Amino acid sequence: MKKTGKLLVEFVVILLCLAYMFPIYIVLVNSFKNRQELYENRLALPQNFSFQYFVKAMEKMNFMRAFGNSLKVTVISIAIIVILASMTAWMLVRYDNKLSRFIFMTLVATMIIPFQTIMMPLMQVMGWVRDNLHIPMLNTIGGLIYMNVGFGASMAVFLYHGFIKTIPVSLEEAATIDGCNKFKVFWKIVFPILKPTTVTVSILDVIWIWNDYLLPSLVLSSKALRTIPLSTASFFGQFTIEWNLAMAGLMLMITPVIIFYLFAQKYIVKGVAAGAVKL
Amino acid sequence: MLFVFPLLFVFTTVVIIPFIIGIGYSFISWDGMPLNEKIFVGFANYIQLLSDSRFIASAGHTVIFTIFTVLLINILGLTFALVVTSKLKVRNVARTMLLMPYLIGGLILGYIWKFIFTDVFKFIGETTGLTGIFFSWLLNSKYALVAMIIVTTWQMAGYIMIIYINGIQAMPEDIIEAAKVDGAGFWQTLFRIKFPMIMPSFTICLFLTLSNCFKIFDVNFSLTGGGPNNATEMMAMNIYNEIFSLNNYGYGQSKAIIFFIAVAIITLIQVSITKKREVVMQ
Repeated sequence: MKKTGKLLVEFVVILLCLAYMFPIYIVLVNSFKNRQELYENRLALPQNFSFQYFVKAMEKMNFMRAFGNSLKVTVISIAIIVILASMTAWMLVRYDNKLSRFIFMTLVATMIIPFQTIMMPLMQVMGWVRDNLHIPMLNTIGGLIYMNVGFGASMAVFLYHGFIKTIPVSLEEAATIDGCNKFKVFWKIVFPILKPTTVTVSILDVIWIWNDYLLPSLVLSSKALRTIPLSTASFFGQFTIEWNLAMAGLMLMITPVIIFYLFAQKYIVKGVAAGAVKL
Repeated sequence: MLFVFPLLFVFTTVVIIPFIIGIGYSFISWDGMPLNEKIFVGFANYIQLLSDSRFIASAGHTVIFTIFTVLLINILGLTFALVVTSKLKVRNVARTMLLMPYLIGGLILGYIWKFIFTDVFKFIGETTGLTGIFFSWLLNSKYALVAMIIVTTWQMAGYIMIIYINGIQAMPEDIIEAAKVDGAGFWQTLFRIKFPMIMPSFTICLFLTLSNCFKIFDVNFSLTGGGPNNATEMMAMNIYNEIFSLNNYGYGQSKAIIFFIAVAIITLIQVSITKKREVVMQ
């Protein structure tokens, strides 16, 4: 009796989880249907699996290009954030004085500033830099990466700072005695120890940068530079009448995320949990 | 110096300087055209806010939306966490599925649900005859707000679940065993032992959901676009529209500053309240 009860619970839980996945199911089944089939029944499985809408959607939204842009922005932004934030946090912990503490407190305090509060002046500042210093900050991938680094700085320094505080200084001292300079001490000794935090920072920033819409929409105006969210927004705006095509487009957009999730699930779950820190 | 300078330079130019000049912008009147004059108007923008019914309405939507969504996300997230940390065989599969929406991102989720609430709902209504429940939700101002709540809850519950899981797993088994030996039932253990001990996770989750919901933009933008008739326009979107659609750069910025102050006050109050209630573990 107890055993069948437990089996029943397992069954109910799985059923509820599948119900939770219902929207994904809807996107998946409708992305294979032609227009008429979709209008006949939105819930049923497709009768014949036709990939032509994927191909069409891929062309219409320039999927490969958007994917490449997103990949470039995400990978380079994260690499820079990880390198700069880990170094900064290390110095802030090891040189514990009033200035370090002030810098750290400023970084943490600014985390509550909503993006909407600085988006307009930020665009003005970057426009000024473009006009007066002739550095192309707007409508370039480089400019977007620069701004991502600025926005990602606080959280990354905060996470590294918390971890570095727990590392005893003796190892670094021994290396210094052995003749290592600061750079070598950091890259050979400290940075490898920081790996768990590096994973956390990378995971959190992948989720944020890959899905970020508002900042790229303000920075990038050329069609050729569109990232995945930008391309989704413009594509979806055009094809709300052809739902099957729109669904194929959405399916394309979420597939890379799902694949990444299934491969890196262990790290994602850990990263998301470790990133939920208390201020 | 070399270690700290690059990051601080980027951070200062991207966050600090815009924040400071943003305060300055909130005192001027400007349409965003570089050649047009910026006129200093003092506190006029802030005074205008008090009688801006669309802005006040958006604040109202944001508050209602935030209250319901925060409650729902935390109830659902905690329930998920309790299920997933149980001894069920399907717990890992369940966890994988429940976290999935969070990774897809608000913009795309909004578009997925837009199809469901408009087209699929209409279809279900027509085939089952239950047109009272299943109609195009996004055309009705009340239901559109409910749709916002549902989608955001669906997105965030899995994420919050992960944090509660951590809290539950950090609980010492022996205390729960001791409670069972002393004759505590399932509900007693849950409310008297487990809940007080996961108070720290509770603080984090409340903080995260509160600030995330209050600042919601992506789902709002893609699911309802603020419609119908601005009935689901949240504060973040109202600021965006004021600046970039209506081209009131100075006035929009004064809204942005008020928005910042509101976010700051809410988070500070919330953190200070829940911190007091945490159980101190020895």
